[in-house]
Amino acid sequence: MKLLGIETASDACSVALDTGTEVLERHHEQPRMHGRLLLDMAVELLAEAELSLAGLDALVVGRGPGSFTGVRIAVGAAQGLAFGANLPLVPVSSLAALAQGVVRRDGSAGVVTAVDARMDEVYWGVWQADAHGVVAEVVPERVCSPADIDLPAGHWRASGSGWQAYPEILEAAVRGQPGRVSEAPGQPQLARALDLLPMARQMLAGGGEFAPEQAVPVYLRDSVAWQKNG
Amino acid sequence: MRVLGIETSCDETGVAVYDSDRGLLAHALYSQVATHAVFGGVVPELASRDHVRKLLPLIREVMTASGSAPGDIDGIACTEGPGLVGALLVGTAVARSLAMAWDVPALGVHHMEGHLLAPMLEHPAPEFPFVALLVSGGHTLLVDVQGVGRYRILGETLDDAAGEAFDKTAKLLGLPYPGGPELARLAESGQPDRFRFPRPMTDRPGLDFSFSGLKTAVLTRVRELPDDPQTRADIARAFEEAVVDTLVIKCRRALEAAAMAGDPPRLVVAGGVGANRRLRERMAEMAATLDAELWYPRPEFCTDNGAMIACAGSVRLTDADKSHAITARARWSLSELKPPALIRG
Repeated sequence: MKLLGIETASDACSVALDTGTEVLERHHEQPRMHGRLLLDMAVELLAEAELSLAGLDALVVGRGPGSFTGVRIAVGAAQGLAFGANLPLVPVSSLAALAQGVVRRDGSAGVVTAVDARMDEVYWGVWQADAHGVVAEVVPERVCSPADIDLPAGHWRASGSGWQAYPEILEAAVRGQPGRVSEAPGQPQLARALDLLPMARQMLAGGGEFAPEQAVPVYLRDSVAWQKNG
Repeated sequence: MRVLGIETSCDETGVAVYDSDRGLLAHALYSQVATHAVFGGVVPELASRDHVRKLLPLIREVMTASGSAPGDIDGIACTEGPGLVGALLVGTAVARSLAMAWDVPALGVHHMEGHLLAPMLEHPAPEFPFVALLVSGGHTLLVDVQGVGRYRILGETLDDAAGEAFDKTAKLLGLPYPGGPELARLAESGQPDRFRFPRPMTDRPGLDFSFSGLKTAVLTRVRELPDDPQTRADIARAFEEAVVDTLVIKCRRALEAAAMAGDPPRLVVAGGVGANRRLRERMAEMAATLDAELWYPRPEFCTDNGAMIACAGSVRLTDADKSHAITARARWSLSELKPPALIRG
């Protein structure tokens, strides 16, 4: 299956292309450069694979949570490409992509993600890989204070910027059972576009329309005290 | 040339298809006024969230309504600034990616140039040169327009925009957001001569504006007077008269200067405040005394819309506009613009 994935919810601007035989990737960790880099990275990958947008089966987008503006750049760009090329657009959680990355690198089955959401909160998600190594949600992803996390029994690999930003989160997660949570290697990692693709393949195989306008950002934080302009 | 235009600089999502030969083919607008009303002003994050939900459905709508297939679109124009960066980025992300998929050029348009050229959507349209007053909740600007991209800013507000002064004063008088039109309605039942507020910066030469002091003058009055409905109406009347009078005085000066320079006196009034009934009456009187032409875009093109962006794009887009960069400019002066290399018919 030929897929193009876009993920810009963190400081990473990430694009991946599954050509049907291999997965190519462009990944730049440069804050606030997403808009300038994103589409040219996609153009480069398509040219490298000698593919056109119209030759793809679907587009995939990291729909958040993460930086509000970053998520909207990814979703806006993916919507434009999908609508313009008349392709389905599959939205995948950016936290799930982070977890999928841990599974890809070290084969862990259980991953717990905590991404710094500022305002003393984290984007929290708990993920379990299936027999095919594709992660699924165990606890619904949400935004919460580090003290309010919950983690089912078992052993978990930890990923995301939240563990460094809020050291107390580890204590809350371990609950007096050292060894229950261990840090995944190379932390903190940022979500990569190539890690959107396994879930997207599964969702596409499950059927559905995936109309581009149905792929909308998921912010999780929906009720902060909104500040008006000026 | 057929252009898809996208406007997302503030709290209206506007999309349109404009054809240089056939004129405006379709336009659609989603106004977020109700979303922001409970906050008493535009909340940038909520504006961005609305744009990303509404933009693609609106694009589908205008493509269908204009009878355009993707292959009929020759280029895409989107507002790149000035405005709210997060809101602008939604429009430019969709515009640039759609242009990439359709393999057509895309161009970031200056929001105020869209307003300046909005009268070109009408038939007949005013000829160049003209003096333009752009007067809205975000802007108060007098511009000498010699042609596309040949703009000289004659005057602008040093603080609040005129529409902003209307909204803030409405709030002082206890009117709901956005209060400008409400204030104008209240003013209709006010006595004309009970109060008089200053006409800021009309006692000196120049064409700049300042409206924040006027708001303070109203506040002082509101505090020292009993709060009864007639007093509020009278204050609204005096406030509206002061703003309108100030705008008319400056426009008269600009037209007189244009005439001195040998240009025909021709005034275009655009922006949301251009819909104000009292402003239109007084501008018409003033224009008559100078034997000047007076033009307004139709009301839906006075406020933010996609049609003016598509129209501006149609005179600026070239095959060289190949950039894929999704960018936005919060600040961007009109005077930085240059005439297009090639003006299309």
